[in-house]
Amino acid sequence: MRVSFGDLPDPATRRRLAAAAARLAADPCPGQRDVVPGATTLTIHLDPAVAARAGDATPYAAVHAHLRDALTGLDDASAPAARAIRLPVCLDDAFAPDLADVAAATGLAPDEVRDRLLASPLEVEHLGFLPGFPYLIGLDAALTLPRRATPRPLVPAGSLAIAAGRAGVYPVASPGGWHLLGRTPLRLFDPARAEPALLAPGDRVRLEAIDAAEFARRAGRGA
Amino acid sequence: MTLHVLAPGLLTTVQDLGRPGLGALGVGPGGAADRGALRRANALVGNDDGAAALEITLRGPTLCAGAPLRAALTGAPFEATLDGAVVPRDAAFAVPAGTTLAIGGGPAGCRAYLAIAGGVDVPMVLGARATHLRGGFGGHAGRMLRAGDVLAIGPAPPPARVPASLPPAGPTGPVRCVTGEAWDMLPAAARATFTGTQWRVSPRSDRMGVRLEGPSLLDAPLAERRSEGVLAGTVQLPPDGRPIVLLADHPTTGGYPVLAHVIGADLGALAQWRPGDAVGFTLVPLDEAVRLTVDAERALAAHLHRIRHGDA
Repeated sequence: MRVSFGDLPDPATRRRLAAAAARLAADPCPGQRDVVPGATTLTIHLDPAVAARAGDATPYAAVHAHLRDALTGLDDASAPAARAIRLPVCLDDAFAPDLADVAAATGLAPDEVRDRLLASPLEVEHLGFLPGFPYLIGLDAALTLPRRATPRPLVPAGSLAIAAGRAGVYPVASPGGWHLLGRTPLRLFDPARAEPALLAPGDRVRLEAIDAAEFARRAGRGA
Repeated sequence: MTLHVLAPGLLTTVQDLGRPGLGALGVGPGGAADRGALRRANALVGNDDGAAALEITLRGPTLCAGAPLRAALTGAPFEATLDGAVVPRDAAFAVPAGTTLAIGGGPAGCRAYLAIAGGVDVPMVLGARATHLRGGFGGHAGRMLRAGDVLAIGPAPPPARVPASLPPAGPTGPVRCVTGEAWDMLPAAARATFTGTQWRVSPRSDRMGVRLEGPSLLDAPLAERRSEGVLAGTVQLPPDGRPIVLLADHPTTGGYPVLAHVIGADLGALAQWRPGDAVGFTLVPLDEAVRLTVDAERALAAHLHRIRHGDA
Protein backbone atom coordinates (compact mmCIF):
# COMPACT_ATOMS: atom_id res chain seq x y z
CA MET A 1 0.00 0.00 0.00
CA ARG A 2 1.33 3.42 -0.90
CA VAL A 3 0.95 6.66 1.07
CA SER A 4 1.53 9.83 -0.92
CA PHE A 5 2.88 12.98 0.72
CA GLY A 6 1.97 15.42 -2.01
CA ASP A 7 3.53 15.96 -5.37
CA LEU A 8 6.64 18.00 -4.55
CA PRO A 9 9.89 16.09 -3.99
CA ASP A 10 11.42 18.81 -1.81
CA PRO A 11 13.12 18.86 1.62
CA ALA A 12 9.81 19.50 3.43
CA THR A 13 8.25 16.40 1.84
CA ARG A 14 11.40 14.45 2.64
CA ARG A 15 11.16 15.45 6.34
CA ARG A 16 7.48 14.45 6.52
CA LEU A 17 8.31 11.08 4.92
CA ALA A 18 11.14 10.47 7.40
CA ALA A 19 8.94 11.41 10.36
CA ALA A 20 6.16 9.11 9.11
CA ALA A 21 8.59 6.23 8.51
CA ALA A 22 9.98 6.63 12.04
CA ARG A 23 6.43 6.65 13.44
CA LEU A 24 5.51 3.44 11.56
CA ALA A 25 8.72 1.74 12.72
CA ALA A 26 7.63 2.40 16.32
CA ASP A 27 3.93 1.73 15.72
CA PRO A 28 3.67 -0.69 12.77
CA CYS A 29 0.55 -1.37 10.71
CA PRO A 30 -1.02 -4.83 11.13
CA GLY A 31 0.95 -7.20 8.88
CA GLN A 32 3.64 -4.60 8.12
CA ARG A 33 6.78 -6.19 6.63
CA ASP A 34 8.64 -3.12 5.44
CA VAL A 35 8.26 0.63 4.90
CA VAL A 36 10.14 1.99 1.89
CA PRO A 37 10.47 5.77 1.41
CA GLY A 38 10.55 7.02 -2.19
CA ALA A 39 10.66 10.56 -3.59
CA THR A 40 7.16 11.53 -2.45
CA THR A 41 5.66 8.32 -1.06
CA LEU A 42 6.00 5.63 1.56
CA THR A 43 5.39 2.13 0.21
CA ILE A 44 4.22 -0.24 2.93
CA HIS A 45 4.78 -3.96 2.34
CA LEU A 46 1.99 -5.96 3.97
CA ASP A 47 1.23 -9.59 4.71
CA PRO A 48 -2.39 -9.75 3.51
CA ALA A 49 -3.23 -12.70 5.78
CA VAL A 50 -2.43 -10.55 8.84
CA ALA A 51 -3.34 -7.09 7.61
CA ALA A 52 -7.06 -7.51 6.86
CA ARG A 53 -9.62 -7.37 9.67
CA ALA A 54 -12.11 -10.20 9.99
CA GLY A 55 -14.90 -9.61 7.51
CA ASP A 56 -12.92 -7.19 5.31
CA ALA A 57 -12.18 -8.26 1.74
CA THR A 58 -8.89 -6.33 1.62
CA PRO A 59 -6.47 -4.93 4.22
CA TYR A 60 -7.19 -1.39 3.00
CA ALA A 61 -9.67 -0.36 5.70
CA ALA A 62 -7.61 -1.72 8.58
CA VAL A 63 -4.37 -0.22 7.33
CA HIS A 64 -6.02 3.09 6.49
CA ALA A 65 -7.45 3.30 10.02
CA HIS A 66 -4.05 2.53 11.52
CA LEU A 67 -2.29 5.10 9.36
CA ARG A 68 -4.85 7.78 10.22
CA ASP A 69 -4.25 7.20 13.93
CA ALA A 70 -0.47 6.73 13.71
CA LEU A 71 0.19 9.71 11.44
CA THR A 72 -2.22 12.26 12.91
CA GLY A 73 -0.38 15.23 14.37
CA LEU A 74 2.82 14.15 12.68
CA ASP A 75 5.58 16.60 13.55
CA ASP A 76 8.35 17.15 10.99
CA ALA A 77 10.68 17.82 13.89
CA SER A 78 10.45 14.15 14.85
CA ALA A 79 12.39 13.26 11.67
CA PRO A 80 15.90 12.02 12.47
CA ALA A 81 18.50 14.82 12.70
CA ALA A 82 20.37 15.63 9.46
CA ARG A 83 24.16 15.45 9.28
CA ALA A 84 26.62 17.43 7.15
CA ILE A 85 28.79 15.07 5.08
CA ARG A 86 31.72 15.85 2.80
CA LEU A 87 31.95 13.30 0.00
CA PRO A 88 35.35 13.15 -1.74
CA VAL A 89 35.04 12.66 -5.50
CA CYS A 90 37.58 12.57 -8.28
CA LEU A 91 36.18 14.31 -11.35
CA ASP A 92 39.12 13.54 -13.66
CA ASP A 93 38.24 12.57 -17.22
CA ALA A 94 39.12 8.93 -16.53
CA PHE A 95 36.21 8.79 -14.06
CA ALA A 96 33.87 11.05 -16.05
CA PRO A 97 33.10 9.24 -19.32
CA ASP A 98 29.90 11.27 -19.81
CA LEU A 99 31.35 14.74 -19.12
CA ALA A 100 31.52 15.65 -22.83
CA ASP A 101 27.94 14.43 -23.45
CA VAL A 102 26.64 16.35 -20.43
CA ALA A 103 28.48 19.49 -21.54
CA ALA A 104 27.02 19.18 -25.03
CA ALA A 105 23.49 18.48 -23.79
CA THR A 106 23.48 21.37 -21.30
CA GLY A 107 25.42 23.85 -23.43
CA LEU A 108 27.93 24.33 -20.61
CA ALA A 109 31.73 24.08 -20.81
CA PRO A 110 33.08 20.90 -19.16
CA ASP A 111 34.72 22.94 -16.39
CA GLU A 112 31.44 24.67 -15.69
CA VAL A 113 29.66 21.32 -15.43
CA ARG A 114 32.22 20.36 -12.78
CA ASP A 115 31.93 23.71 -10.97
CA ARG A 116 28.13 23.57 -10.84
CA LEU A 117 28.23 19.99 -9.59
CA LEU A 118 30.68 20.88 -6.82
CA ALA A 119 28.66 23.97 -5.86
CA SER A 120 25.35 22.09 -5.60
CA PRO A 121 23.99 21.90 -2.02
CA LEU A 122 22.98 18.26 -2.18
CA GLU A 123 20.65 16.52 0.26
CA VAL A 124 19.80 12.81 0.50
CA GLU A 125 16.16 12.40 -0.51
CA HIS A 126 16.00 8.63 -0.03
CA LEU A 127 18.06 5.47 -0.44
CA GLY A 128 16.88 3.06 -3.10
CA PHE A 129 17.58 1.08 -6.25
CA LEU A 130 20.73 -0.58 -4.81
CA PRO A 131 21.91 -1.08 -1.19
CA GLY A 132 22.93 2.38 0.03
CA PHE A 133 22.35 4.21 -3.29
CA PRO A 134 21.53 7.85 -2.37
CA TYR A 135 19.09 9.88 -4.44
CA LEU A 136 20.48 13.41 -3.97
CA ILE A 137 18.31 16.48 -4.51
CA GLY A 138 19.65 20.04 -4.73
CA LEU A 139 21.50 19.54 -8.01
CA ASP A 140 22.11 22.74 -10.00
CA ALA A 141 19.07 23.09 -12.27
CA ALA A 142 21.27 23.55 -15.35
CA LEU A 143 22.37 19.94 -14.91
CA THR A 144 18.86 18.47 -15.24
CA LEU A 145 19.02 15.76 -17.92
CA PRO A 146 17.01 12.61 -18.67
CA ARG A 147 18.69 9.22 -18.25
CA ARG A 148 20.98 8.01 -21.02
CA ALA A 149 19.09 6.52 -23.97
CA THR A 150 20.91 3.20 -23.51
CA PRO A 151 21.94 2.09 -20.02
CA ARG A 152 25.49 0.80 -19.48
CA PRO A 153 25.71 -2.91 -18.68
CA LEU A 154 28.19 -2.19 -15.88
CA VAL A 155 28.81 1.05 -13.99
CA PRO A 156 31.84 0.86 -11.62
CA ALA A 157 31.32 0.99 -7.86
CA GLY A 158 31.68 4.52 -6.44
CA SER A 159 30.54 6.24 -9.64
CA LEU A 160 29.01 9.70 -9.14
CA ALA A 161 26.23 10.20 -11.65
CA ILE A 162 23.37 12.54 -12.55
CA ALA A 163 19.95 12.02 -14.13
CA ALA A 164 16.38 13.22 -13.75
CA GLY A 165 17.43 16.30 -11.78
CA ARG A 166 19.24 14.26 -9.17
CA ALA A 167 22.73 13.11 -8.37
CA GLY A 168 23.50 9.60 -7.15
CA VAL A 169 26.42 7.37 -6.27
CA TYR A 170 26.56 3.68 -7.27
CA PRO A 171 27.60 1.78 -4.10
CA VAL A 172 28.41 -1.39 -6.05
CA ALA A 173 29.09 -2.20 -9.70
CA SER A 174 25.74 -2.36 -11.44
CA PRO A 175 23.97 -1.77 -14.73
CA GLY A 176 22.97 1.89 -14.84
CA GLY A 177 21.51 4.59 -17.04
CA TRP A 178 22.75 7.76 -15.34
CA HIS A 179 25.48 10.09 -16.67
CA LEU A 180 28.84 9.36 -15.01
CA LEU A 181 30.79 12.44 -13.89
CA GLY A 182 33.20 11.21 -11.19
CA ARG A 183 34.01 8.60 -8.61
CA THR A 184 34.34 8.45 -4.82
CA PRO A 185 36.84 6.19 -3.01
CA LEU A 186 34.40 5.77 -0.09
CA ARG A 187 32.34 2.60 0.38
CA LEU A 188 28.73 3.74 0.44
CA PHE A 189 27.47 0.40 1.68
CA ASP A 190 29.22 -2.18 3.84
CA PRO A 191 27.04 -4.86 5.46
CA ALA A 192 29.72 -5.41 8.14
CA ARG A 193 29.39 -1.84 9.49
CA ALA A 194 27.03 -1.10 12.37
CA GLU A 195 25.43 1.45 10.03
CA PRO A 196 25.77 -0.31 6.66
CA ALA A 197 24.76 2.74 4.61
CA LEU A 198 27.18 5.69 4.68
CA LEU A 199 24.39 8.19 4.01
CA ALA A 200 20.89 8.56 5.42
CA PRO A 201 17.85 10.53 4.21
CA GLY A 202 18.22 14.18 5.16
CA ASP A 203 22.03 14.22 5.18
CA ARG A 204 23.42 17.37 3.57
CA VAL A 205 26.19 16.37 1.19
CA ARG A 206 28.94 18.56 -0.23
CA LEU A 207 31.15 17.12 -2.94
CA GLU A 208 34.85 17.70 -2.33
CA ALA A 209 37.10 17.40 -5.39
CA ILE A 210 40.16 15.20 -4.97
CA ASP A 211 42.85 14.39 -7.54
CA ALA A 212 43.63 10.95 -8.94
CA ALA A 213 46.55 10.41 -6.54
CA GLU A 214 44.37 11.16 -3.53
CA PHE A 215 41.65 8.90 -4.97
CA ALA A 216 44.12 6.03 -5.38
CA ARG A 217 45.47 6.55 -1.86
CA ARG A 218 42.03 6.54 -0.25
CA ALA A 219 40.64 3.72 -2.41
CA GLY A 220 43.76 1.66 -1.66
CA ARG A 221 43.27 1.79 2.05
CA GLY A 222 39.60 1.01 1.67
CA ALA A 223 38.50 4.37 2.98
CA MET B 1 29.52 -31.86 7.85
CA THR B 2 30.38 -30.52 4.43
CA LEU B 3 29.17 -30.49 0.87
CA HIS B 4 31.82 -30.06 -1.84
CA VAL B 5 31.09 -28.25 -5.10
CA LEU B 6 32.65 -30.19 -7.98
CA ALA B 7 30.85 -28.16 -10.68
CA PRO B 8 28.69 -25.11 -9.91
CA GLY B 9 25.95 -25.34 -12.55
CA LEU B 10 24.75 -22.25 -14.39
CA LEU B 11 23.85 -20.05 -11.41
CA THR B 12 23.62 -21.72 -8.02
CA THR B 13 23.27 -19.58 -4.90
CA VAL B 14 22.60 -20.04 -1.20
CA GLN B 15 19.12 -18.65 -0.46
CA ASP B 16 16.74 -18.52 2.48
CA LEU B 17 13.57 -16.46 2.93
CA GLY B 18 15.55 -13.22 2.62
CA ARG B 19 15.94 -10.06 4.68
CA PRO B 20 12.66 -8.13 4.76
CA GLY B 21 12.51 -4.78 6.54
CA LEU B 22 15.64 -3.10 5.11
CA GLY B 23 13.99 -1.29 2.22
CA ALA B 24 14.83 2.11 3.69
CA LEU B 25 18.54 1.23 3.23
CA GLY B 26 17.98 0.28 -0.39
CA VAL B 27 18.28 -3.42 0.48
CA GLY B 28 15.46 -5.48 -1.02
CA PRO B 29 14.11 -8.65 0.62
CA GLY B 30 15.86 -11.05 -1.77
CA GLY B 31 15.88 -14.71 -0.80
CA ALA B 32 14.49 -17.64 -2.79
CA ALA B 33 12.63 -16.56 -5.93
CA ASP B 34 10.18 -19.48 -5.52
CA ARG B 35 9.60 -19.31 -1.77
CA GLY B 36 7.03 -22.11 -1.71
CA ALA B 37 9.47 -24.55 -3.33
CA LEU B 38 12.20 -23.61 -0.82
CA ARG B 39 9.85 -24.08 2.13
CA ARG B 40 8.73 -27.51 0.82
CA ALA B 41 12.31 -28.70 0.31
CA ASN B 42 13.11 -27.65 3.88
CA ALA B 43 10.01 -29.34 5.30
CA LEU B 44 10.84 -32.62 3.50
CA VAL B 45 14.25 -32.85 5.22
CA GLY B 46 12.89 -31.70 8.59
CA ASN B 47 14.35 -28.15 8.51
CA ASP B 48 12.58 -24.97 9.52
CA ASP B 49 10.88 -23.18 6.58
CA GLY B 50 13.61 -20.56 6.35
CA ALA B 51 16.77 -22.73 6.49
CA ALA B 52 19.35 -21.84 3.85
CA ALA B 53 19.33 -24.11 0.79
CA LEU B 54 20.65 -24.03 -2.77
CA GLU B 55 18.70 -22.25 -5.50
CA ILE B 56 19.57 -23.91 -8.80
CA THR B 57 18.99 -22.12 -12.10
CA LEU B 58 18.29 -24.02 -15.36
CA ARG B 59 21.24 -26.41 -14.99
CA GLY B 60 22.36 -27.75 -11.64
CA PRO B 61 25.62 -28.34 -9.82
CA THR B 62 27.58 -31.52 -9.17
CA LEU B 63 28.16 -32.00 -5.45
CA CYS B 64 30.02 -34.50 -3.28
CA ALA B 65 28.97 -35.23 0.29
CA GLY B 66 31.76 -34.99 2.86
CA ALA B 67 29.55 -36.77 5.43
CA PRO B 68 26.24 -38.66 5.32
CA LEU B 69 23.52 -36.11 4.50
CA ARG B 70 19.76 -36.05 3.89
CA ALA B 71 18.53 -33.93 0.99
CA ALA B 72 15.39 -33.03 -0.95
CA LEU B 73 14.92 -31.46 -4.38
CA THR B 74 11.84 -29.39 -5.26
CA GLY B 75 10.78 -26.76 -7.77
CA ALA B 76 11.60 -27.10 -11.46
CA PRO B 77 11.68 -30.78 -12.62
CA PHE B 78 15.44 -31.05 -13.16
CA GLU B 79 17.05 -34.49 -13.49
CA ALA B 80 19.27 -35.60 -10.63
CA THR B 81 21.41 -38.69 -10.03
CA LEU B 82 23.34 -40.02 -7.04
CA ASP B 83 26.41 -41.94 -8.26
CA GLY B 84 24.45 -42.46 -11.48
CA ALA B 85 21.16 -43.65 -9.96
CA VAL B 86 18.13 -41.40 -10.43
CA VAL B 87 17.00 -39.71 -7.21
CA PRO B 88 13.36 -38.83 -6.54
CA ARG B 89 12.07 -35.31 -6.65
CA ASP B 90 9.75 -33.94 -3.97
CA ALA B 91 11.10 -36.46 -1.46
CA ALA B 92 13.88 -36.72 1.08
CA PHE B 93 16.75 -39.05 0.13
CA ALA B 94 19.99 -40.13 1.77
CA VAL B 95 23.31 -38.90 0.38
CA PRO B 96 25.99 -41.23 1.78
CA ALA B 97 29.44 -39.79 2.46
CA GLY B 98 31.59 -39.72 -0.65
CA THR B 99 28.73 -40.05 -3.13
CA THR B 100 28.26 -37.60 -5.97
CA LEU B 101 24.95 -35.84 -6.51
CA ALA B 102 24.67 -34.52 -10.07
CA ILE B 103 21.78 -32.18 -10.84
CA GLY B 104 21.10 -31.51 -14.50
CA GLY B 105 18.43 -29.55 -16.30
CA GLY B 106 14.91 -30.34 -17.35
CA PRO B 107 12.21 -29.65 -19.90
CA ALA B 108 10.41 -26.90 -17.99
CA GLY B 109 10.77 -24.52 -15.10
CA CYS B 110 13.66 -22.28 -14.19
CA ARG B 111 14.60 -22.86 -10.54
CA ALA B 112 14.99 -25.96 -8.37
CA TYR B 113 15.76 -26.02 -4.64
CA LEU B 114 18.09 -28.47 -2.91
CA ALA B 115 17.63 -28.52 0.84
CA ILE B 116 20.07 -30.38 3.09
CA ALA B 117 18.99 -31.50 6.57
CA GLY B 118 20.60 -28.99 8.92
CA GLY B 119 20.72 -26.22 6.33
CA VAL B 120 23.67 -24.59 4.57
CA ASP B 121 25.64 -22.99 7.38
CA VAL B 122 26.88 -19.67 6.03
CA PRO B 123 27.14 -16.55 8.22
CA MET B 124 24.08 -14.41 8.83
CA VAL B 125 24.56 -11.03 7.12
CA LEU B 126 21.98 -8.32 7.85
CA GLY B 127 19.67 -10.90 9.36
CA ALA B 128 19.72 -13.55 6.63
CA ARG B 129 21.87 -16.12 4.86
CA ALA B 130 20.50 -15.28 1.39
CA THR B 131 23.02 -14.35 -1.31
CA HIS B 132 22.64 -10.72 -2.45
CA LEU B 133 24.35 -11.05 -5.83
CA ARG B 134 24.39 -7.37 -6.77
CA GLY B 135 25.53 -6.24 -3.33
CA GLY B 136 28.10 -9.03 -3.11
CA PHE B 137 27.15 -10.08 0.41
CA GLY B 138 25.36 -12.94 2.16
CA GLY B 139 25.34 -16.57 1.04
CA HIS B 140 28.70 -18.16 0.23
CA ALA B 141 31.19 -15.27 -0.04
CA GLY B 142 28.46 -13.03 -1.49
CA ARG B 143 28.49 -14.77 -4.86
CA MET B 144 27.24 -17.71 -6.90
CA LEU B 145 28.93 -21.06 -6.20
CA ARG B 146 32.15 -22.04 -7.96
CA ALA B 147 33.94 -25.36 -8.40
CA GLY B 148 36.05 -26.05 -5.32
CA ASP B 149 33.72 -24.33 -2.84
CA VAL B 150 33.10 -26.25 0.37
CA LEU B 151 29.78 -25.62 2.12
CA ALA B 152 29.33 -26.28 5.83
CA ILE B 153 26.09 -28.07 6.76
CA GLY B 154 24.43 -27.59 10.15
CA PRO B 155 23.42 -30.40 12.54
CA ALA B 156 20.55 -32.43 11.06
CA PRO B 157 17.13 -32.13 12.74
CA PRO B 158 14.83 -35.18 13.13
CA PRO B 159 13.34 -36.28 9.80
CA ALA B 160 9.88 -35.28 8.64
CA ARG B 161 6.97 -37.65 9.32
CA VAL B 162 5.98 -37.73 5.64
CA PRO B 163 9.25 -37.18 3.73
CA ALA B 164 7.73 -37.55 0.24
CA SER B 165 4.94 -35.34 -1.05
CA LEU B 166 3.91 -33.91 -4.38
CA PRO B 167 3.56 -30.14 -4.48
CA PRO B 168 0.09 -28.60 -4.09
CA ALA B 169 -1.44 -27.67 -7.42
CA GLY B 170 -0.20 -24.28 -8.56
CA PRO B 171 -1.78 -21.84 -11.00
CA THR B 172 -1.81 -22.89 -14.63
CA GLY B 173 -2.03 -20.50 -17.54
CA PRO B 174 -1.50 -16.78 -17.25
CA VAL B 175 -0.33 -15.28 -13.96
CA ARG B 176 -2.91 -13.16 -12.21
CA CYS B 177 -2.27 -9.52 -11.46
CA VAL B 178 -3.92 -6.34 -10.18
CA THR B 179 -3.60 -3.02 -11.98
CA GLY B 180 -0.87 -0.54 -11.02
CA GLU B 181 -0.69 3.23 -10.94
CA ALA B 182 0.19 3.65 -14.63
CA TRP B 183 -2.57 1.36 -15.89
CA ASP B 184 -4.99 4.21 -16.54
CA MET B 185 -2.33 6.19 -18.43
CA LEU B 186 -2.23 3.49 -21.10
CA PRO B 187 -4.61 3.63 -24.09
CA ALA B 188 -7.31 0.92 -24.12
CA ALA B 189 -5.65 -0.84 -27.07
CA ALA B 190 -2.34 -1.12 -25.20
CA ARG B 191 -4.10 -2.48 -22.12
CA ALA B 192 -5.77 -5.13 -24.27
CA THR B 193 -2.40 -5.96 -25.81
CA PHE B 194 -0.87 -6.46 -22.35
CA THR B 195 -3.41 -9.10 -21.35
CA GLY B 196 -3.99 -10.50 -24.84
CA THR B 197 -0.35 -11.16 -25.77
CA GLN B 198 1.62 -14.37 -25.34
CA TRP B 199 4.86 -12.74 -24.19
CA ARG B 200 8.21 -14.45 -24.68
CA VAL B 201 10.59 -14.60 -21.70
CA SER B 202 13.87 -12.91 -22.66
CA PRO B 203 17.26 -14.54 -22.01
CA ARG B 204 18.22 -11.19 -20.42
CA SER B 205 16.10 -12.09 -17.38
CA ASP B 206 17.71 -12.65 -13.98
CA ARG B 207 16.88 -12.67 -10.27
CA MET B 208 16.17 -8.92 -10.43
CA GLY B 209 13.49 -9.24 -13.05
CA VAL B 210 11.98 -11.07 -16.00
CA ARG B 211 12.21 -9.13 -19.25
CA LEU B 212 9.54 -9.88 -21.83
CA GLU B 213 9.71 -9.83 -25.62
CA GLY B 214 6.69 -8.97 -27.72
CA PRO B 215 4.87 -5.93 -29.08
CA SER B 216 5.68 -2.52 -27.59
CA LEU B 217 2.84 -1.14 -25.47
CA LEU B 218 4.00 2.43 -26.10
CA ASP B 219 3.92 4.63 -29.20
CA ALA B 220 6.01 7.16 -27.30
CA PRO B 221 7.75 6.81 -23.95
CA LEU B 222 5.67 7.78 -20.92
CA ALA B 223 7.12 10.61 -18.87
CA GLU B 224 9.86 9.53 -16.47
CA ARG B 225 8.50 9.10 -12.98
CA ARG B 226 10.04 9.72 -9.64
CA SER B 227 11.66 6.80 -7.94
CA GLU B 228 9.12 5.14 -5.62
CA GLY B 229 8.84 1.76 -3.90
CA VAL B 230 8.38 -1.42 -5.94
CA LEU B 231 7.85 -5.10 -5.01
CA ALA B 232 8.46 -8.61 -6.28
CA GLY B 233 5.74 -9.04 -8.90
CA THR B 234 5.65 -5.36 -9.91
CA VAL B 235 5.24 -5.05 -13.70
CA GLN B 236 7.22 -2.04 -14.93
CA LEU B 237 6.98 -0.45 -18.36
CA PRO B 238 10.37 0.90 -19.52
CA PRO B 239 10.62 3.31 -22.47
CA ASP B 240 10.78 0.48 -25.04
CA GLY B 241 7.24 -0.52 -24.04
CA ARG B 242 8.04 -4.15 -23.19
CA PRO B 243 7.18 -5.12 -19.62
CA ILE B 244 9.70 -6.13 -16.93
CA VAL B 245 8.34 -8.21 -14.03
CA LEU B 246 10.41 -7.82 -10.88
CA LEU B 247 11.66 -10.87 -8.93
CA ALA B 248 13.24 -11.48 -5.52
CA ASP B 249 16.37 -9.31 -6.06
CA HIS B 250 14.34 -6.34 -7.30
CA PRO B 251 15.58 -2.81 -6.60
CA THR B 252 13.73 -1.28 -3.64
CA THR B 253 12.57 1.73 -5.65
CA GLY B 254 12.15 2.32 -9.36
CA GLY B 255 11.16 5.13 -11.70
CA TYR B 256 9.54 3.21 -14.56
CA PRO B 257 5.75 3.46 -14.76
CA VAL B 258 4.06 0.58 -12.91
CA LEU B 259 1.48 -1.20 -15.05
CA ALA B 260 0.43 -3.99 -12.69
CA HIS B 261 1.46 -6.25 -9.81
CA VAL B 262 1.46 -10.06 -10.00
CA ILE B 263 -0.52 -11.36 -7.02
CA GLY B 264 1.29 -13.03 -4.12
CA ALA B 265 -0.22 -16.44 -4.88
CA ASP B 266 1.45 -16.48 -8.32
CA LEU B 267 4.98 -15.25 -7.47
CA GLY B 268 6.24 -18.85 -7.34
CA ALA B 269 4.89 -19.55 -10.83
CA LEU B 270 6.54 -16.33 -12.02
CA ALA B 271 9.91 -17.50 -10.63
CA GLN B 272 9.62 -20.62 -12.80
CA TRP B 273 9.35 -18.73 -16.10
CA ARG B 274 12.38 -19.63 -18.17
CA PRO B 275 13.86 -17.90 -21.22
CA GLY B 276 11.83 -18.79 -24.30
CA ASP B 277 8.61 -19.60 -22.41
CA ALA B 278 5.37 -18.12 -23.75
CA VAL B 279 3.65 -16.42 -20.81
CA GLY B 280 0.67 -14.20 -20.18
CA PHE B 281 -1.21 -12.05 -17.70
CA THR B 282 -4.81 -11.86 -16.59
CA LEU B 283 -6.35 -9.23 -14.33
CA VAL B 284 -8.20 -9.93 -11.09
CA PRO B 285 -9.86 -7.42 -8.73
CA LEU B 286 -7.92 -6.51 -5.58
CA ASP B 287 -10.27 -8.31 -3.18
CA GLU B 288 -9.97 -11.52 -5.20
CA ALA B 289 -6.16 -11.13 -5.29
CA VAL B 290 -6.10 -10.87 -1.49
CA ARG B 291 -8.39 -13.89 -1.10
CA LEU B 292 -6.38 -16.03 -3.55
CA THR B 293 -3.10 -15.09 -1.87
CA VAL B 294 -4.35 -15.77 1.66
CA ASP B 295 -5.91 -19.07 0.53
CA ALA B 296 -2.69 -20.17 -1.23
CA GLU B 297 -0.63 -19.44 1.88
CA ARG B 298 -3.10 -21.39 4.06
CA ALA B 299 -2.99 -24.37 1.67
CA LEU B 300 0.83 -24.35 1.63
CA ALA B 301 1.04 -24.05 5.41
CA ALA B 302 -1.36 -27.02 5.79
CA HIS B 303 0.71 -29.01 3.27
CA LEU B 304 3.96 -28.29 5.14
CA HIS B 305 2.27 -29.22 8.42
CA ARG B 306 1.23 -32.63 6.99
CA ILE B 307 4.83 -33.25 5.81
CA ARG B 308 6.26 -32.41 9.23
CA HIS B 309 3.67 -33.99 11.49
CA GLY B 310 1.68 -36.47 9.40
CA ASP B 311 -2.08 -36.37 8.91
CA ALA B 312 -2.91 -37.06 12.52
